[in-house]
Amino acid sequence: MDVSWMAWTAQTAIFFAVIAGLLALMTALALLRPETERVGALRIPTTRGDRLFVSLLGSAFIALAWIGLSGLDPALALIPCLVYAAAVFRFV
Amino acid sequence: MTKPLDNRAWLLVVPVFAIVAFSAVLPLMTVVNYSVQDTFGNNQFFWNGVGWFKELLDPATDLGGRFFAALWRTLLFSAIILAIQVPLGIVVALSMPREGWTVALCLVLMALPLLIPWNVVGTIWQVFGRGDIGLMGWGLNRLGFDYNYNGGVIAAWFTIVLMDVWHWTSLVALLCYAGLKSIPDAYYQAARIDGASRWAVFTTIQLPKMRRVLLIAVLLRFMDSFMIYTEPFVLTGGGPGNATTFLSIDLVKIALGQFDLGKAAALSIVYNLIILAVCWVFYTVMTHAGADRGVRGDPAAGEAPDHAVPPATTIPLDRRAA
Repeated sequence: MDVSWMAWTAQTAIFFAVIAGLLALMTALALLRPETERVGALRIPTTRGDRLFVSLLGSAFIALAWIGLSGLDPALALIPCLVYAAAVFRFV
Repeated sequence: MTKPLDNRAWLLVVPVFAIVAFSAVLPLMTVVNYSVQDTFGNNQFFWNGVGWFKELLDPATDLGGRFFAALWRTLLFSAIILAIQVPLGIVVALSMPREGWTVALCLVLMALPLLIPWNVVGTIWQVFGRGDIGLMGWGLNRLGFDYNYNGGVIAAWFTIVLMDVWHWTSLVALLCYAGLKSIPDAYYQAARIDGASRWAVFTTIQLPKMRRVLLIAVLLRFMDSFMIYTEPFVLTGGGPGNATTFLSIDLVKIALGQFDLGKAAALSIVYNLIILAVCWVFYTVMTHAGADRGVRGDPAAGEAPDHAVPPATTIPLDRRAA
């Protein structure tokens, strides 16, 4: 099947593969190590999936702020994003 | 738990998943893919990295200037809509009859604007506001106002805001009315015994009891007004100049008017992210609004998240039982 007209690039493929991998990981974790909700810094009950969503959404805004404000290499935005994600998984 | 969980039931969701993948997920992925590329047509794409995002988020560039101007315009529009529709909706709900045949009449009349398609609403107001054949436009001009929604910025905004108020205040009013109807009569009796004023009844009984529906109304109206497209597009087409070019209108201009797929895709993603963030707040607040007070009232659950031992062992046991 020829899908070259969709103009996929390796970078977007990696991006979506990572997200798909994270979702697969979450599914596997949910099966192997079931969890219950916990209440963290946001004062709402969250599951691992909720924390992943908050991490990804927040990371998107961090990356946009990085691109818009810093002018540094966009790849470096991964560092604050990972720090943020770690904080979300630890405290939220 | 008496019924065993059978996770094979998830297989029944597969057809929906396939349809959503083709109608929503794949197109969205394509948008992400376009946002990092440039095209000159002929289906030839060139890698542009985060170039479009850089341009979009820099107000000094043409694209960034347009984006931020449209974003502020859209936020201003949403703020005006909320500031008018929420208090007005409450007042309308408070003035509606509580019993008798007039209730049904009121509900039907209130629901009518909600049933009219967006483009028809735009057309109605386009004609209604015209100076030559429209009742409102003709009337305002005869009263001495210089009213022309195609020429004046204030007139254009006035018409769009009025149109949205006409279209959607009913929704806020109906939601508030449902909230008011759910207040037991005992509250009002107690207020009468205490000799509470009308204002005291409103602030201490009705408003707190409407809190949840008001939250829903505010968030629904914010989302709707933030994503508004059809009505202003039909009425003013984004004009005069760019005075009523909201984000959605600008997006369509860039994507379909100029065929700048990369720029439009970058704008779509940022627009989408803002909406996604608000949606998440919307969903979280709505699902936890009732439970919120319970958590605060219970220090063990609220204060010690890490020590609140989850009954993790119960779930595998349940599954084993299944």
